[in-house]
Amino acid sequence: MNSLSRSLGVAAIVATGFAFAAPAFAAGAGEKPPRQTWSFYGPFGTYDKAQLQRGFKVYRENCASCHGLSKLSFRNLSEPGGPGFTDGQVRTLAAEYKVKDGPNEAGDMFERPARPSDRFPKPFANDELAKAANNGAVPPDFSVIAKARSYERGFPTYLFDIVTQYQQQGPDYITALLTGYEAPPKGVKVEDGLHWNKYFPGNKIAMSNPLLAMFDDAGKASDPNYYTDGTPVTKLQVAKDVTAFLMWAAEPKMEERKRTGVKVMLWLIVLAGLLFMLKKRIWSRLDAEPSKAH
Amino acid sequence: MARWEFRIRRGKKRKRDVADHSTNAMQSGDPNRRDFLLLATGAAGVVAAGGVAWPLISQMSPDASTIAAGAPVEVDLAPIGEGKAITLKWRGKPIFVRHRTAKEIEDARKDDSAALPDKQADAARVRAFEGKAQDKWIVVYGNCTHLGCVPVGFSGEYNGWYCPCHGSHYDNSGRIRKGPAPRNLDIPEFAFLSASKIRIG
Amino acid sequence: MGEHHSTYVPNTGIERWIDARLPIVRLMHDSAVSYPVPRNLNYFWTFGGILMFMLVSQIITGIVLVMHYTPHVDYAFSSVEHIMRDVNYGWLMRYAHANGASMFFIAVYIHIFRGMYYGSYKAPRELLWILGVVIFLLMMATAFMGYVLPWGQMSFWGATVITNLFSAIPVVGEAIVTWLWGGYSVDNPTLNRFFSLHYLLPFMIFGVVILHVWALHHVGQNNPSGVEVKNYKKDTVPFTPFATVKDAFALVCFLMVFAWFVFFHPNFLGHADNYIPADPLKTPAHIVPEWYFLPFYGILRAIPDKLGGVVAMFASIAILAFLPWLDTSKVKSGAYRPAFKIFFWVFVLVAILLGYTGSQPTDQAVLTLGGRTILDMVGFAQILTVMYFAYFVVVLPLLGLFEKPKPLPASIADSVLASGHAH
Repeated sequence: MNSLSRSLGVAAIVATGFAFAAPAFAAGAGEKPPRQTWSFYGPFGTYDKAQLQRGFKVYRENCASCHGLSKLSFRNLSEPGGPGFTDGQVRTLAAEYKVKDGPNEAGDMFERPARPSDRFPKPFANDELAKAANNGAVPPDFSVIAKARSYERGFPTYLFDIVTQYQQQGPDYITALLTGYEAPPKGVKVEDGLHWNKYFPGNKIAMSNPLLAMFDDAGKASDPNYYTDGTPVTKLQVAKDVTAFLMWAAEPKMEERKRTGVKVMLWLIVLAGLLFMLKKRIWSRLDAEPSKAH
Repeated sequence: MARWEFRIRRGKKRKRDVADHSTNAMQSGDPNRRDFLLLATGAAGVVAAGGVAWPLISQMSPDASTIAAGAPVEVDLAPIGEGKAITLKWRGKPIFVRHRTAKEIEDARKDDSAALPDKQADAARVRAFEGKAQDKWIVVYGNCTHLGCVPVGFSGEYNGWYCPCHGSHYDNSGRIRKGPAPRNLDIPEFAFLSASKIRIG
Repeated sequence: MGEHHSTYVPNTGIERWIDARLPIVRLMHDSAVSYPVPRNLNYFWTFGGILMFMLVSQIITGIVLVMHYTPHVDYAFSSVEHIMRDVNYGWLMRYAHANGASMFFIAVYIHIFRGMYYGSYKAPRELLWILGVVIFLLMMATAFMGYVLPWGQMSFWGATVITNLFSAIPVVGEAIVTWLWGGYSVDNPTLNRFFSLHYLLPFMIFGVVILHVWALHHVGQNNPSGVEVKNYKKDTVPFTPFATVKDAFALVCFLMVFAWFVFFHPNFLGHADNYIPADPLKTPAHIVPEWYFLPFYGILRAIPDKLGGVVAMFASIAILAFLPWLDTSKVKSGAYRPAFKIFFWVFVLVAILLGYTGSQPTDQAVLTLGGRTILDMVGFAQILTVMYFAYFVVVLPLLGLFEKPKPLPASIADSVLASGHAH
């Protein structure tokens, strides 16, 4: 390889760098979310089952009444790489939900208890109803929300992200948002029906603090035994748990993907090594007797 | 592209060009190492190709939602009057549930000794609940064992089912009596949960 | 190569029988086994093979995705999620296809810049080059329509913005856009036709690729010295095993980068907003095309006039086709053109910076002096756009007249000897 190769290589890297500068979220104000530690970080990162189960509890009790999970089925909760509920638990849980079915022989739609194969029912029958019930804003569905939210990393940080594997903009943002409710700065007027959040782009968010009921003003948990597994109930912990659950909901095959990826990578390295040696072998003939190649 | 060329080359070159190419290589190095290299690379390539092929094949198998939707279902038999039958859909296929009259059961049993293309006693085609044979109830897949058409109920020469596609006649037990179908109507896996409730699957 | 005679010898009876009726084995032998390759090709010449692999890979994963995808505005987004969640290895197919598009463009840009640096577009390779430009255009159309299919916010607004480019055409513009949409806005008919064309175009690309390879094998490959083959024995090596094994090695290295994204960073090259279902009533705050369109998008936004911007954008691609006649230098390889080399790298930088401007908000300041913005993103893009076109219509035509090239080697073999190594 000559100097051209090197310069082209550098150019390619720089090119990739600039090209990916696309900021992924609104340009409006909103503090950069602090970085959290996640069990699913990196090529070998996996979900923490206990955390996903806690997160599901938080989702169910604090978010589910407005935010659907429409792409998920109850059965997903017991599938490998997820929260690891048992089939029995999932059946019981599903039966607590009512889903619409039918029509029956009389031509009527009816409600029945959900089965594991059913998808999570939507909290609102349609967007108009959701809007009417929520001050004109439709609460977004949570199926892929952890992948649908991001924030700008800036040049050249996002270049390093390729190597460092940082891709948790979504989870970091969601956790920040859940812990970012505070009193507005002096002199800033927040209109009725809006709330101040230091991480929300534009700062004024329609959603009221969803964890409000769980903590008092001093940040003390109203129910210290909210978690049955002994995990301390803090605002950050609760936010992180529900975020981890949402990340799993958005990317339920992540563990399978990474496992496969490790195997593929190892195999490619072996193959590349073999081909490199073979290539050297074959091309060395030219050094021996250049004109005999044909 | 490179890989198949490589394989073509390995297949074809061996014979002819060995004289040209390989001898040079042999002279310039250990021949065993080269052969091992070639073999190992080829083998690694084949394994990689297999690894790529598997997901491409596997993706056509029933997906997780299809499998989940094909879970067992419970059927309440109470609304089905004597001498009546219903057709229900399970895993995309019709299933006939027929409530036979005493006369029909008797007819079916009598025919156990008739010349049946697919010999099977009527008693073997019904299921029991708490040790008692529920012989009023015939539950069969509604697809003709010939080529999969749906036979018409309460018709044909044996008052069972008649398949209009190619003229197969079944009796009320779902046994093939006449026509091109090779087998009796298949019976899905099912069990009585109570005297008037079954679970299919 | 024209003068290269077939060396295929059918050995068995059945080979002779087939060869007399359909010489397909001969064709494969001549074009992939005995085909003479300049012996001094560097690794930049492996990208043709890599591109071939990517095209086939995209077609195969695409066909698989179609088996599970539903091209309807109500189901498209959900069916993609169905692929990701329920279909066996569906996540792999989709991530390989989505990231594959980016890898395809990375490879094609390296391939194009290689051709520009080594003068691969010059006689007798003008048609070969133009066919390449056609492939590039078809790739862009295919990628654009493919990005619409998941029916996320970026899909929808990308489709709206890009189709609206045609409204810049005087008089008939609006009518053309309505015709493209099949309605009064981007909607289900648009999605359906984009799906149909997204499936069709790759096969057209495949057809043009065959012509591209045919032309290549007729005129022979260019090489880093830019000197044509003079003596087959001395200047070339047979494609197999020499180029085959080198291509295979390069491909596997390329696949490692590909796999890194697919398995460990699958959404890095995508855009978070496309995980929000399409909403015709709400545009995302900052919409940008996929990275591979950014330089052209930068040119589009640099021109303050609507029609002018569209014309400039299309011209920036079309001008590539005229490269063989705009470059007046007799010397092919940039390695022997000291002044060209500098301009070439400036051009590469300009293209990259244009991509950068395309990714940024237009009102962003680039240069400020004492709190006053003296250059914003649009102004910066305008300077770059002028430089981009100047490379083609000023630099290359004049450089050939004034530049004093370094002495060329007498032959490829000589250039190899000079560098002291065959590879």
